[in-house]
Amino acid sequence: MKNAPKTKMMDMTCVVCPIGCHLKVTVDENGNFLSVTGNRCPRGEAYAKEEITDPKRVLPTSVKVIGGELPLTSVRTEKAIPKRLIFSAMKVIKSIQVNAPVKRGQIILENILDTGVNVIATRTVKKQNGK
Amino acid sequence: MKVAVIGAGIVGSLIAREFTKYEIDVEVFEKLPDVGWGITKANSGILHAGYDDEPGTLRAKYCAKGNEMYDRLSKDLNFELKRIGSLVLAFSEEELNILKELEKRGKDNGVKGLKILNRIESLEVEPNLSREVISALYAPSAGIIAPWEAAQAAIENAVENGAMLHLSTEIKNISNENNQYVLDTSNGEFQFDMVINAAGLWADDLAEKTGVKVSPLHPRRGEYILLDQPGVVRTVIFPTPSEAGKGILVLPTVHDTVLLGPTSQDLPPTQKESTKTTFDGLSKIVKSAQKLVPAVNISKTIRTFAGLRPENDIKDFVLKREGNMMHVVATRSPGLSSAPAIAKDIVNDMLGDLEIKKRSDFNPHRAPLVKVIEMSDKERENIIAKNPSYGRVICRCNHVTEGEVVDAIRHGARTLDGIKFRTTAMFGRCQGSFCTVKIMKIMKRELGKNYEEIRKNLPNSQIVDGDVR
Amino acid sequence: MKKLKYDVVVLGGGAAGMGAINGALSQNVSVLLIEREASTGGVLNQCIHNGFGVHVFKQELSGPEYHEMYMEKLSRFDAMYETTVLNVDVKSNTLNTISISGVYEIKYGSLVLATGARERPFEALRIPGYRPAGVFTAGLAQHFVNLENRLPGHKAVIVGSGDIGLIMARRLTLEGVEVEGVYEIMPYQGGLTRNIVQCLDDFNIPLHLSTSIVEVHGKDRLEGVTVAKFENGHPVRKTERFVKCDTLVASVGLIPENDLVNETIELSDGSGANVDDLMRTNIYNVFAAGNNVCIHDLVDFAAVEGEIAGKNAAHVAKGKELPERMGILKKGEGVGLLSTKYTIAAEPFKLFVRVKKPMGTTILRLNDQKIKTVLAAKPSEMIEVKMDPSRYNMKGNLILSAMEVDKI
Ligand SMILES: Cc1cc2nc3c(=O)[nH]c(=O)nc-3n(C[C@H](O)[C@H](O)[C@H](O)COP(=O)(O)OP(=O)(O)OC[C@H]3O[C@@H](n4cnc5c(N)ncnc54)[C@H](O)[C@@H]3O)c2cc1C
Ligand SMILES: Cc1cc2nc3c(=O)[nH]c(=O)nc-3n(C[C@H](O)[C@H](O)[C@H](O)COP(=O)(O)OP(=O)(O)OC[C@H]3O[C@@H](n4cnc5c(N)ncnc54)[C@H](O)[C@@H]3O)c2cc1C
Ligand code: SF4
Repeated sequence: MKNAPKTKMMDMTCVVCPIGCHLKVTVDENGNFLSVTGNRCPRGEAYAKEEITDPKRVLPTSVKVIGGELPLTSVRTEKAIPKRLIFSAMKVIKSIQVNAPVKRGQIILENILDTGVNVIATRTVKKQNGK
Repeated sequence: MKVAVIGAGIVGSLIAREFTKYEIDVEVFEKLPDVGWGITKANSGILHAGYDDEPGTLRAKYCAKGNEMYDRLSKDLNFELKRIGSLVLAFSEEELNILKELEKRGKDNGVKGLKILNRIESLEVEPNLSREVISALYAPSAGIIAPWEAAQAAIENAVENGAMLHLSTEIKNISNENNQYVLDTSNGEFQFDMVINAAGLWADDLAEKTGVKVSPLHPRRGEYILLDQPGVVRTVIFPTPSEAGKGILVLPTVHDTVLLGPTSQDLPPTQKESTKTTFDGLSKIVKSAQKLVPAVNISKTIRTFAGLRPENDIKDFVLKREGNMMHVVATRSPGLSSAPAIAKDIVNDMLGDLEIKKRSDFNPHRAPLVKVIEMSDKERENIIAKNPSYGRVICRCNHVTEGEVVDAIRHGARTLDGIKFRTTAMFGRCQGSFCTVKIMKIMKRELGKNYEEIRKNLPNSQIVDGDVR
Repeated sequence: MKKLKYDVVVLGGGAAGMGAINGALSQNVSVLLIEREASTGGVLNQCIHNGFGVHVFKQELSGPEYHEMYMEKLSRFDAMYETTVLNVDVKSNTLNTISISGVYEIKYGSLVLATGARERPFEALRIPGYRPAGVFTAGLAQHFVNLENRLPGHKAVIVGSGDIGLIMARRLTLEGVEVEGVYEIMPYQGGLTRNIVQCLDDFNIPLHLSTSIVEVHGKDRLEGVTVAKFENGHPVRKTERFVKCDTLVASVGLIPENDLVNETIELSDGSGANVDDLMRTNIYNVFAAGNNVCIHDLVDFAAVEGEIAGKNAAHVAKGKELPERMGILKKGEGVGLLSTKYTIAAEPFKLFVRVKKPMGTTILRLNDQKIKTVLAAKPSEMIEVKMDPSRYNMKGNLILSAMEVDKI
């Protein structure tokens, strides 16, 4: 006789819409998605699948500006990147700096960690007066 | 002739200023980074009329007299004094009898204008009083000040008249060599002909170090709640006093906020810095204050704080002279009210037989601080034309301008609290959540510091630490 | 004293103020913005996280992007920056300002109040203990980190689970500050669920419900806090625990900022301005929009309110009479907050509702008319209700209630 399949239940909250359904997700022993309950619409299932396989997040933070009116410009990843890469991405972002002026939307770092996603400035920073 | 004053609280500050009226060198030593940050920073700020001090005590001798002297001081030194009067409430016949005793005692102590009001008259003076009140003792001469402001003003004026101020300088020991007092301080040794020990809670320890025995001090903590509820009371409201003291009061401050407190909790002598607030203390304040004034709205809390009274077993001030050294010990309540009278007596006593001339060039005035919010439009226009920074409002709660913050720095503020206690920026309901950054920027510029070097108050009270990038 | 005159004066240039400028400009009137800070944007400037503009720009922007993109929509208007209004006189339709250029008296046709909100400071909570450095409101910590490039400390505790606190928990964690946990006195969260997930769960930051701080330690700089469980607003004995930290970030509520007008404008018990569906206050030519009316979760709604206020302010400034108020909205069972107090019952409008406590499937009723069913209602999440006078009776006393449907 084979062993009964080892499944695991996980709790999670869907954040796709403000209802925030409490999802119960079942995964197999390798962590693969099996089923979900508690979602009130199909978007919940899609969310649960991605959360199980490879959750993604937009990363907002800031980058040092040289010679600007402000010491920092705010930046974010243009699209969501895998959550597991967030701290590595922070390391990269912490190591860079840009020269003023910075324009909103300007690409600060291309293709971060080979995700295919750019880091863009989200604030315009003018040059400091007289510099 | 050189005199040292130890302690820049209200007592030491007024003594130092009094000495500068004579041809004598005055130096003030304060262990904290600013003037008036000891007991003087956290108390009720009342100039008591003087009716509840038992005749024969030093309290009775100095309170009403000192209170009266504040009129002149506040004009000369330009600090705010409001003579708002006080009411002691009675809720029963027994309490009314105590009010009658107080009235009589007040008359013996020379307190003017005391009057027992009936219920209706009491409610006319103070419409928000509890309807349970049956009578009240009205004392028109009670007043309020910001005590630290008075101390700062006195020291500033003393310095203008030649005194030297040593901040962040603690007296570690005092010895007597060849009729000279040697002060061993955290910043080196100094020699003086005469020393005044006005070290507040530590005055007993310092006296002890010179071999003088005084009854030891222990701290009695008083907790407070500060409310943003202007107008809820207009006078100082006391319950009928009991064994435990004057009780928990409701009073307006000179900044139009409302103060509830103080509690009264005796602590061991080892806890002379225990200015923390407690759950029990704060709960008690709420209950007692609402008994006097039910309209007190606790959801308007700005903050809480606590002060420490220097208490001894005889419940009175002790002025003890030993050679050319004077110890001012147990400056409990009403020490603030009494301070000007104490200062005058001490200086007279110390200089009594010596033939020291009064200075002809003594300037009693301290220039007023600019307060743009209190000016007329015309005055505002003129001052902004001369110095535009008086037009840039930094603190939105109390409308303090950049110019006033810069003034405070020029008048000696080196910390956020130094600015707060001079300008009232960060003093209001937002407690600095909007203006702190702006004020720190001005401090950086004016003092040539970086953010990490700026302190809230004490040496380790750093605000921020390190770059994000 | 210098004098100026404008059709519409907008006080405050945050999202609602920019919306008001937009609304007023669309009606071809003269517009003056008065802003205390050096630029427009308000709180958006320091909210560098994403999540803004889902409705107006159909994308998830950060606060600064939303600000810049909205400004690009606006044509020319006059503005006075770093200018503080000292008083508003609604009888003479004038206000007085002060700035480095001196003092001005400004006459307005209509006024739009868009002054936003301020944070309730930690000190207001009356938590016992010492009062050391290292205690920040979440907004102040956010300002230091995002605009001044300064870290507030190295080990933080967050008190209150409002959105700014949650956002700061993530922000500080990303910058290497250890966030020990978030402590919330209520049995439910204060902020949006998406922020709980993205800001706490993602980083394994624990959220302690029914728990708060009972003592602050440290005389100079914060050294730690004692936390304890709470029941019915009181600490439970023997549940105290010491938490070492050098930083305390308080996210304990935003209060609508109406200090300037609190003696003339009718305010709600939450101190927001009472307005009707045209965003008009009790004064015929004074309008209000944004966080000074009620605290919004979504910037778009603040901006849209501003647009409505600005447009109607322009109408009044041009002499047009607005319709009379027909209905009064009142909080009924289960309702904690309503964005609008009065209705003219002429056109459909959006009403924002907060419930008092978390509920499952909930039916909102206007008197006995069923107007909306929501699958889950939480105090932290505003419910948007379309109020349509062609469908509901919206005259007279209107009691809005929220009742949980019994689970079968
Ligand atoms: C809760 C409370 C309520 C009160 N209410 C009132 C009131 O309403 N009306 C009233 O009249 N009085 C009141 N009092 C009393 C009044 O506040 C005090 O009498 C007065 O402030 C004492 O001033 P001081 O200068 O003696 O002490 P402090 O202000 O403490 O000054 C002494 C200074 O000496 C410094 N110092 C100590 N040791 C050394 C050292 N070794 N070297 C250098 N410097 C040193 C200290 O740092 C301190 O700054 C109240 C007191 C308390 C605590
Ligand atoms: C931390 C935080 C996170 C948020 N996250 C999101 C999010 O992810 N997504 C989203 O959609 N929304 C979010 N919001 C909500 C949204 O951003 C706000 O509700 C909205 O920006 C408020 O705009 P406002 O114009 O009402 O107020 P504010 O932005 O506060 O603007 C008020 C302006 O008025 C000025 N002012 C005030 N008083 C005066 C005066 N007397 N004279 C002159 N000027 C004055 C102020 O300086 C300020 O510029 C968040 C809000 C906060 C606080
Ligand atoms: S499952 Fe559907 S209804 Fe539930 S929260 Fe997610 S998106 Fe909203």
